[in-house]
Amino acid sequence: MNITKKDVEHVALLARLELTEAEKENYTKELNAILEFMDKLNALDTTGVQPTAHVLNIHNVFREDVASNNLDREAVLQNAPDQKDGQFRVPRIV
Amino acid sequence: MELYELTAHELREKLIKKEISSVELTNVFYSRIEAVENHIKSYVTFTKERALKKARQIDAMLARGEQTHPLAGIPMALKDNLCTQGVRTTCSSKMLENYIPPYDATVVERLDAAGAVTLGKLNMDEFAMGSSTENSRFFPTCNPWDLERVPGGSSGGPSAAVAAGEAVYSLGSDTGGSIRQPASLCGVVGLKPTYGLVSRYGLVAFASSLDQIGPFTRDVTDCALVLQAIAGHDPMDSTSADLPVPNYQEALIPDVKGLKIGVPKEYFAAGLDPEVEQLVKQAIKKYEELGAIIEETSMPHTEYALPAYYVIAPAECSSNLARYDGVRYGYRDKDAEDIVSMFMKTRDEGFGPEVKRRIMLGTYALSSGYYDAYYLKALKVRTLIKQDFDRAFTKYDVLLTPTTTSVAFKFGEKTDDPLAMYQNDICTVTINLAGVPAISIPCGFSRGLPVGLQLIAKPFGETTLFRAAYAFESVTDYHRQRPQVGVK
Repeated sequence: MNITKKDVEHVALLARLELTEAEKENYTKELNAILEFMDKLNALDTTGVQPTAHVLNIHNVFREDVASNNLDREAVLQNAPDQKDGQFRVPRIV
Repeated sequence: MELYELTAHELREKLIKKEISSVELTNVFYSRIEAVENHIKSYVTFTKERALKKARQIDAMLARGEQTHPLAGIPMALKDNLCTQGVRTTCSSKMLENYIPPYDATVVERLDAAGAVTLGKLNMDEFAMGSSTENSRFFPTCNPWDLERVPGGSSGGPSAAVAAGEAVYSLGSDTGGSIRQPASLCGVVGLKPTYGLVSRYGLVAFASSLDQIGPFTRDVTDCALVLQAIAGHDPMDSTSADLPVPNYQEALIPDVKGLKIGVPKEYFAAGLDPEVEQLVKQAIKKYEELGAIIEETSMPHTEYALPAYYVIAPAECSSNLARYDGVRYGYRDKDAEDIVSMFMKTRDEGFGPEVKRRIMLGTYALSSGYYDAYYLKALKVRTLIKQDFDRAFTKYDVLLTPTTTSVAFKFGEKTDDPLAMYQNDICTVTINLAGVPAISIPCGFSRGLPVGLQLIAKPFGETTLFRAAYAFESVTDYHRQRPQVGVK
């Protein structure tokens, strides 16, 4: 599989990364080299093999539906780059 | 030996006998830090006031003759991806440069309850991505054995600090070898516990199905003590295993008679430094002399671990790091006028090149049309790798391999070639994919640089690891060697 600069631009948009021209060139080259290395996986026949997303034998973990307030609002908001009236503020959306 | 060179259990005795107070000990470590930190650069943040306050509390408890935890009053430090309430937690990233968590990670809470004295937060590869600590957005950390060489990564700070006498022990995180590889390169003990044994709550996530927190220590006894303090079920982490925690100290017996050790031949393949190979083989011989039964074995899917890892880890990373958008915390580009360009500029400026490379790789592997070819394929290969381990542990108690293929390399040697850097993790990534526990212990020196030996056990087999590691340590003195920092 060969990645073009256009693919890199598309993936960057999906990943919400604004890349410079130099970065785009660089990642095109590097991702191709890395993915070529990944292609080694195709040498293995995995027909009928179940995927392992997680090693532990845990399925759903439930807890009681009890309301709690673990984090202090002020302590949380103090990390916000911008805040107003106890809320996170961002540039205008509509 | 100087006080800053001793182990936690040795210092514990001095505290109990009142030969020294915790406050004095804490000051010994800050003096040591003052003396060597300009060479090593392992700390990102110091917490001196808090440390001394804690030390005074412990001294008061000891003076009253109260029962204290074996780690009470002992100075330690934390990798800077472990959340500490009220103390800056940066992940060595511009993205989190000013982040002050409103809560403690569970491991931090548990060590605090045990009376640990936290000296500060330690440097790392940005968001734990890297094998040399050259990817820190702040500064690289140096290997205490040779300042021109890397300490390994991504827990280079935690590893170098313990090796250089800047902390008695430390906590790091291991996603593909980030505890064991730097432990090996710096000549200390490093443990990656079984996935799920130690809560990940409050660990800034990199690849959630692989990440695990573990200790860096100067010997195996300390390693068992620290694991004992941090292990165990935590309702705050839904992947935390609900199992009883064994008494790890009881496993510290210098006896491996009859222990079956498998040596997988794939870990001794091309690319392994001949001197490293020789030292690991000497260690195998030592185990044989001690009465262990050694057998060569095969783990046929080992060669596929690295490509599988470098699909799975970036895929999980791209998903975990989606939360850094400049809205709730972290860096924000202030010039953007609309929200999408704010996200994009924030993420471009906030993340360094290696983090972006992995986000790109992971986003690509998960994107429509490539998901089956890369991500799903890698998860199936992961199953085959796990089955290699399941099979091996029906025959053997322990598997023995080198931790790394070479000694510490020089700064800049591999930075231009991401693939060469990824190769560093070749002996360690399989363990994270399978979720089993593994420990790296010092097994000798090559050209004056430490070499590590990796022992692997079945899930929740930490007691077997401690027994095997302790037996080796009991008949060798590599773990007692200390670097002469700044002396060539």
